[in-house]
Amino acid sequence: MISSIRVGAKSNWAIAICAVVLLVFFLVSILAPWIAPHDPIQVNLALKLSSPSWEYPLGTDHLGRCNLSRLLYGARVSLGFASLIFVASLGVGLLVGTIAGYRGGWIDLFLMRFCDGVMAFPNLVLVLGIVGLLGPGLWQVVLALMMVQWVYYARMIRGMVVSMKQQNFITAARISGSSTGKIIRRHLVPNVLPPILVMGTLEMGWAIMDISALSFLGLGIQPPTPEWGAMIQEGKNFIRSQPELMLYPGLMILLVVISFNVLGESLSERFGVKRRY
Amino acid sequence: MATYLIKRLLAIIPIVLFAIFLMFILIRLSPVDPAEAYLAAANIHPTEGLLAEKRQEFGLDQSLIVQYFQTVKNIVQLDFGNSYVTNTPVWQEVAARMPATIQLALSSILLAVIVSVPLGFLSAVYKNSLIDHFSRLLSYLGASIPQFWLGYILIFFFAVKLDLFPVEGRGTWQHFVLPSVTLSMALIAIYTRLLRASVLEELEEVYVLYARTRGIKEKAIMVKHVLRIAISPMLTGLGMNLGKLLTGTIIVEQVFSWPGFGRFFIEAIFNRDIPVIQSYVVLAACLFIVCNLIVDIVQLYLDPRISWKGRTEY
Repeated sequence: MISSIRVGAKSNWAIAICAVVLLVFFLVSILAPWIAPHDPIQVNLALKLSSPSWEYPLGTDHLGRCNLSRLLYGARVSLGFASLIFVASLGVGLLVGTIAGYRGGWIDLFLMRFCDGVMAFPNLVLVLGIVGLLGPGLWQVVLALMMVQWVYYARMIRGMVVSMKQQNFITAARISGSSTGKIIRRHLVPNVLPPILVMGTLEMGWAIMDISALSFLGLGIQPPTPEWGAMIQEGKNFIRSQPELMLYPGLMILLVVISFNVLGESLSERFGVKRRY
Repeated sequence: MATYLIKRLLAIIPIVLFAIFLMFILIRLSPVDPAEAYLAAANIHPTEGLLAEKRQEFGLDQSLIVQYFQTVKNIVQLDFGNSYVTNTPVWQEVAARMPATIQLALSSILLAVIVSVPLGFLSAVYKNSLIDHFSRLLSYLGASIPQFWLGYILIFFFAVKLDLFPVEGRGTWQHFVLPSVTLSMALIAIYTRLLRASVLEELEEVYVLYARTRGIKEKAIMVKHVLRIAISPMLTGLGMNLGKLLTGTIIVEQVFSWPGFGRFFIEAIFNRDIPVIQSYVVLAACLFIVCNLIVDIVQLYLDPRISWKGRTEY
């Protein structure tokens, strides 16, 4: 009893801290144009690789661009596109999952076999294959990550819909004359969403990691757009003289991803949501 | 046993067909014309005549269904075509680079197992102790740290500052250390948690209580009974995380200039070397399935409660 209270309190703390960290990052990404001291892609070769000063609090990179501004704008790119991928794949997953689960029959069979097919691949291998064939670029990466992620939402939502379909409140809604569309909108979706959002928290962390990894490989966000993974790629050339160039963006990724992971895990522990490995 | 194996092996066929199908569709959807990609990669100036000739050679003038079956037929015969860049069969390129990648993967798995088995086991036995907190911290870090960044951090401290290990390349055992540590961090994070959870679960089992009442030494119970069974979910994890390992090798090979298949694949993406990209994805899918099968078989030996018979229902 006492230990369970203690565990609860501990996970409350973890949830609060991570939520605050993420809130700050989201605020930074929205407010970047106003709080960044400089234009993140403004090249100034006279000031290249300068040390921290009042004007450039974290110094400048090899093209004389303000490091702090690039880091702040980087939050915008990472969080923005991760959110986009999350919303888009959740949307597709919700559509496919509810249709498959509610309708059943051959539609269900077909859609789920397709999901199984996609899940049979190692995730990032498929993403790399898609990006490889469509060509490097930001939108290709977003599309590829979305194409791989929606499957997990669809699978999970379908499972929940199938078990929910048997329950009395759905039967009651049907007897009282609600249309299929209304049942899905009013009864199934609201019940399915909370655990899916918990799962989505973990997926956000993965999406940010994947975006930065692909940008690091040169397949995602192209220079000069400030993105953390791409900044590490550029900064690594100065590892002997200016290691902080690659140190800062990595710390940002680590901080955001670890917050998403801890938050997601604490939430799923709390609400008993099973996570995938 | 034989029927189980045959069934599992037959299950590979639809997945490989699906992989080929997916790649096939993507190639057709892609804005890149394979004939143009070929000429660009081979540094030949594209003229209308050459393009038409190449299109015919690749069979692009035939109907889609014919093209698809041709692709399947080629891959079944292990003919992945020629690389556009080097103009040698992809199969040879793969064979030349695979050993380096497999060595890296195996050394990382080995390292991950060496670290995470004792760590996960001890953090379950001494729950909420210092070692448990340490392993929790380590697994959060391992799961959240970007692999490429970790690689450079290790290079910075151990190669640049302390000059203990070489920065890049392959050859001596020292070359293995930094790439393997980088690659194994993510695995250590997962395995430690998995083993801890399953040891905790096993400790609640009746057979542990029975063994204790029989007066068997605690150490013997732990090692001979609990660990042996608790390790089973870790093996599943090993199979399921093979994807992570594969993509991990791509990134780590890039960071440490490791001459493996992953780097070759990234180069192929930049060169639009379609046969190489296609074969990488198909081979990765095959490898993934086969390794999971091997994991399942090993598991059967470790946990006597899982019978062959139950498994044939699969």
